[in-house]
Amino acid sequence: MDKKTVKKQLQLKGIPAAPGIVIGKAFIFGGNDLVPIERKIADKDIPREIEKYNSVILKTKKEILEIEKKISEELGVEHGKIFSAHLLVLEDPVLIEEVIARLKKQKKNIEIIFHEVLNKYIDVLSEAKDEYLRDRISDIIDVGNRILRNLMGAEGKGLDSLSEESVVIAYDLSPSDTAMMHRGKVLGFATDIGGRTSHTAIMAKSLEIPAVVGLENVTDAVQDGDTIIVDGNHGIVIVNPTKAFLAKYQKDKKKYDHMEEGLIELKFLPSETKDGKKIKLAANIELAEDVSSVLFHGAEGIGLYRTEYLFMNRNTLPSEEEQFKAYKLVAQRMKPSYVTIRTLDVGGDKFLSQLDVPREMNPFLGWRAIRFCLARPDIFKTQFRAILRASAFGKIRLMYPMISGVGEFVQAGAILEETKKELRKKQISFDENIEVGAMIEVPSAALTSGIIAREADFFSIGTNDLIQYSLAIDRVNEKIAYLYEPAHPAILNLIKTVIDNGHKEGISVGLCGEMGSDITLTIVLLGLGLDELSVSPIAIPEIKKVIRSVNFSVARQIADEIIRMSTGEEIHKFATNKMKELVPEIATELGIE
Amino acid sequence: MVIKKEVTIKNKSGLHARPAALFVQAANKFTSGILIIKDDQQVNGKSIMGILMLAAEKGSKITIVAEGDDALRAAEELSAILAGDIDTLGMTAKTV
Repeated sequence: MDKKTVKKQLQLKGIPAAPGIVIGKAFIFGGNDLVPIERKIADKDIPREIEKYNSVILKTKKEILEIEKKISEELGVEHGKIFSAHLLVLEDPVLIEEVIARLKKQKKNIEIIFHEVLNKYIDVLSEAKDEYLRDRISDIIDVGNRILRNLMGAEGKGLDSLSEESVVIAYDLSPSDTAMMHRGKVLGFATDIGGRTSHTAIMAKSLEIPAVVGLENVTDAVQDGDTIIVDGNHGIVIVNPTKAFLAKYQKDKKKYDHMEEGLIELKFLPSETKDGKKIKLAANIELAEDVSSVLFHGAEGIGLYRTEYLFMNRNTLPSEEEQFKAYKLVAQRMKPSYVTIRTLDVGGDKFLSQLDVPREMNPFLGWRAIRFCLARPDIFKTQFRAILRASAFGKIRLMYPMISGVGEFVQAGAILEETKKELRKKQISFDENIEVGAMIEVPSAALTSGIIAREADFFSIGTNDLIQYSLAIDRVNEKIAYLYEPAHPAILNLIKTVIDNGHKEGISVGLCGEMGSDITLTIVLLGLGLDELSVSPIAIPEIKKVIRSVNFSVARQIADEIIRMSTGEEIHKFATNKMKELVPEIATELGIE
Repeated sequence: MVIKKEVTIKNKSGLHARPAALFVQAANKFTSGILIIKDDQQVNGKSIMGILMLAAEKGSKITIVAEGDDALRAAEELSAILAGDIDTLGMTAKTV
């Protein structure tokens, strides 16, 4: 290739939506650029245009019902429901009347009339500040484009008709677009907007198409035909990679694909050290759908089920029945393995729009998590009832977030007991021996963990918040991100305190948090004596490999040495070197420097 | 038969999204014509577009006008969706 035409490499960071690495040619998908051409029509043509509109409505309805059925079967009724809202828009009497009235008055082709009316509604609704209303706009755009496409006979514009394998680049992908992706042709996709719990992300995961969303400007940065790497494991997109980068990613991809294959082998091997010390490897999940990935990666249980995602992106609270169904599904699918359900953890950086939670100066130190639930026993009890009822269908453990002292734990326990009593009275069955644990993520709880351990059945150390609170670092503030040090001596000492205190009372101590996925710290965490590590499902195989390659006695020596060091930097360096020394093949494979 | 009913929207996010979709689905079960009036705006209660355009926020007063054979039942049920058992959380309870 001529040097002048070599395009500059660009790396973009977004939100990992579906795992896997793909390398391919970019296909820019402009879902919204259907612009019909204006044409005058004669009076006698009016009935023909109306007839065309009516038949397109019928055709579109058939399409939507088909997608609804497909999605409901493959991903669950909840996702299928999005398309019932589409039907309401499609058959809206006011919209139809207005289109026909304008058609008769302006005497222009149906495509342009429909386009104008649709845009009028979108413009008015776009001015609304309400987020739910904006969600409706994307529904209206989605179904509107479908109608328009059918009116224009623009077949072959959808993602189901790609002629060659491509990486799809788009501002956003509607659920309809995603549902149409045929696995063979769409290698992966990257979008400007979207979050990891958006319907598009969830569908990508279940279709097993690597994807990165929320990149903000990927559509500006990429041109049709550019070479693109989508790294759905880390949320990275690389446009026009240099030769060196391409080689590195081809290696990464091979390694990832190879690992995926090797998984099946590793999946059934226990997570234990060479000298026989077992440490449970569990998974963190946010949605019931994540269970497939948990099972696939060979987790021994679920160490953290974050229930707040059931409560987000909606304007009513989930009912007891709805929560029960979700918890029951997870419990049943994981059976006989355990599922640790964390009660509602709102506040901080997660707000629920349906709750009147006032804005606070320091939300992370404010009215959140267990504090909120204790103040709203109505919400707390509804969740308790749902969890208890689900406990009859599998092995469920309950866990309270953000406990700062034993008082809160006891208080929550009293509400739980009250709920159990009510269920017994109604003769509703639940697991009478359900274990109840505390998440240790506030320094005061870590320091008084010896007291809390007398009440709790287990601990799980939540490192994300523990680090933020102990080191006084707002983890959302980029300016001080460099101070966020999991290997800081203060953190390792707090973790050790919690483990030792827990073990003194004979309860198990786990760790759930990003720190658990840091492979350079696996040996240290093992050596400190943790009973369980709960990480994102995808991180499990690598961690298991490290655990299976070392001796616990050696890990313990390393932990003993490290706990006396003075800086995070020193600890990190030491841990990395030990890892390279003890498990060189894994360190090289992962490119750890 | 024409039945008129005045309702105050109690749902926190107003008559948007889910409540609006539920309302339209319910309205379409009746043979009566359904009108929703807010201030000087008047829309078809069987139209999701119409209702979204009303942008009725919490606390706004609207009038439901049902005309037809099942007007009485329609007015009862539809006003219950809007004003029924909706607590301060904007949680639509019993009626839906």
